[in-house]
Amino acid sequence: MKIHKLSAIKDWWHKANHFAEEAYNAPYRAAVARAKREQDDLFMLLVFSEMMGVPNPASYYTLELQPLLLERFHDWHVRMGMEKSPLDHFKCC
Amino acid sequence: MNAIFVLIVGLGAMALGYIFYSKFIAEKIFRLDAKFRTPAHEFEDGVDFVPTNKFVLWGHHFTSVAGAAPIIGPAIAVIWGWVPAFIWVVLGTIFFAGVHDAGAIWASNRNKAKSMGALTGDVVGKRARSLFMIVIFLVLLMVNAVFATVIAGLLVDFPSAVIPVWGAIFVALIIGQLIYRKYIGLLTVSIVGVIALYALIGIGPMMPISLPEAVGPLSDRATWIIVLFGYAAIASLLPVWMLLQPRDYINGLQLFIGLILIYAAVLLMGPEMIAPAFNTDVPEGTPSMIPLLFVTIACGAISGFHGLVAGGTTSKQLDKETDARFVGYFGAVGEGSLALAAIIAATAGFATIADWNAVYSSFGQGGVNAFVEGGAYIINNGIGLEIGLAETLLTVMAVLFAGTTMDTGLRLQRYIFQEWGSIYDIKWMQKVIPATLLAVGTCLLLAFGAGGADGSGGLLIWPLFGTTNQLLAGLTLMVITVILVRMGRPMYYTLVPLLFLLVMTVAALVLQLKTFYVAGDWFLFLLDIVVLIAAIFIAFECAATLKRLHKDKQQGSHENS
Repeated sequence: MKIHKLSAIKDWWHKANHFAEEAYNAPYRAAVARAKREQDDLFMLLVFSEMMGVPNPASYYTLELQPLLLERFHDWHVRMGMEKSPLDHFKCC
Repeated sequence: MNAIFVLIVGLGAMALGYIFYSKFIAEKIFRLDAKFRTPAHEFEDGVDFVPTNKFVLWGHHFTSVAGAAPIIGPAIAVIWGWVPAFIWVVLGTIFFAGVHDAGAIWASNRNKAKSMGALTGDVVGKRARSLFMIVIFLVLLMVNAVFATVIAGLLVDFPSAVIPVWGAIFVALIIGQLIYRKYIGLLTVSIVGVIALYALIGIGPMMPISLPEAVGPLSDRATWIIVLFGYAAIASLLPVWMLLQPRDYINGLQLFIGLILIYAAVLLMGPEMIAPAFNTDVPEGTPSMIPLLFVTIACGAISGFHGLVAGGTTSKQLDKETDARFVGYFGAVGEGSLALAAIIAATAGFATIADWNAVYSSFGQGGVNAFVEGGAYIINNGIGLEIGLAETLLTVMAVLFAGTTMDTGLRLQRYIFQEWGSIYDIKWMQKVIPATLLAVGTCLLLAFGAGGADGSGGLLIWPLFGTTNQLLAGLTLMVITVILVRMGRPMYYTLVPLLFLLVMTVAALVLQLKTFYVAGDWFLFLLDIVVLIAAIFIAFECAATLKRLHKDKQQGSHENS
């Protein structure tokens, strides 16, 4: 009986928490996501900067990240207003 | 008359409005369809378009539209007596605001959840869209100047609120970090945050802080105004999750707590309405009630700002189209109930009529300070909370609302300046900091230009602010009306409010123009002319659009026959 009650309270707490989270995020979801995307875009530029002729002192480290960011590469160059990949030796679409 | 009676009649009427009138509007005019695929589903992306529970969405809509404005407006307008303000708030909510809000959500929802500005461009025309931008800019400018003045006045009159008001910023900053970095769940954070805020409110009366009456050449009020704009400028540059989002969330919680406290206190105390029902003996210099009442109370009866929220964010998250009735109309009812609380506090919260007359000594006096004083008197007598504490509580509520609006307002103004910078190819204006400084500069100019060096005249702009806000509402109503006519549905339920608003705002502007001219207040005279020109253009735009629609319709019927 006691355990049953406890899990009911726990259940209620989770529901209320979810509700509060929705209320907290609903008005600002878009603004926060947009800001995050802007940050990511800048990071993308840093990682691929060497390939575009911009010297990057950290290229030794960012090279490693390139394959990891490949998935997002297409979305990024499209968003930056370039229909095709801007890099000669780095085709994507 | 007893305030309980006023409260029950007001809330009862709004409830009936929701049950019957909104049902009629939703089913017969907008014909909301539960099966319609809303943009939230059609373009679901987890960012802008997210189907959201209707209660959450209602909370969002209600807390975004209910701020300091529905408190200040009614609390100023009761100078003509409580009955006119009461009638306008109740009927305005039922027949104007509810239809406007639900209609704006519906119209946006049926048009890929576009914002009201974009929709105006599509539905009415490019010129109307430019007008929309100008009116928005004017609203933002005035709201920032007025709110800075209001907050400064409150901080000077209620020094006990200084610590909680500024402390709340730190509470919000901490909450923002805790949630963004996902340290603890939101419910825990909410409870801790509210406790921290109310602890600060408890400390406030023990440690009141007043600025010296003159800080260099500036009065204490002027100093606060400058400090506030400094704060708002910095706040508007921070990412939203850091300060604005948690602040807004706490405000939402505070709004519910404050409303419950005031309503409970009224029910327990049952105060008499001390202020006259119709004030026949208004102080000298008070303008004529008609048309000024209808622009003094904008938020709380109808406000164009709601359309921006409805089209900007609410419509993108609508789960089912039928939810528009609950979210929009009931959201407006929520705001109406806050305005009603403000009316009761500012008219029943005084021991004698002499006390009331002393507060309402001239037009523009009273206002939010009367709400705080009156509300504290009622809470003290009804619930037994100490009067200093109750005053601090209500002051903090009003200031936090106004402060958050300033943050948002300045942010939006900055975007507008940046956009203008890119339209006219002015490089420096596109940068964040110069654009922010420009926004702050124009607001400061208005706050001080209107009332001299002590910044006390900011409230003179209040009716002008109301007017601009109503014009915005008029533009939204025009969009809804045009859409309805094109669909071949009855247009009078939005056209009549639209015409009423246009007539009242133009009349108010002309009347005030004369007042400013006589007083030799050229600054406000000029501002009035700018708003008046916008109003006249909107009226022309409205007439031209209706004429065009009528012509199209006639041609259509010719072709059919």
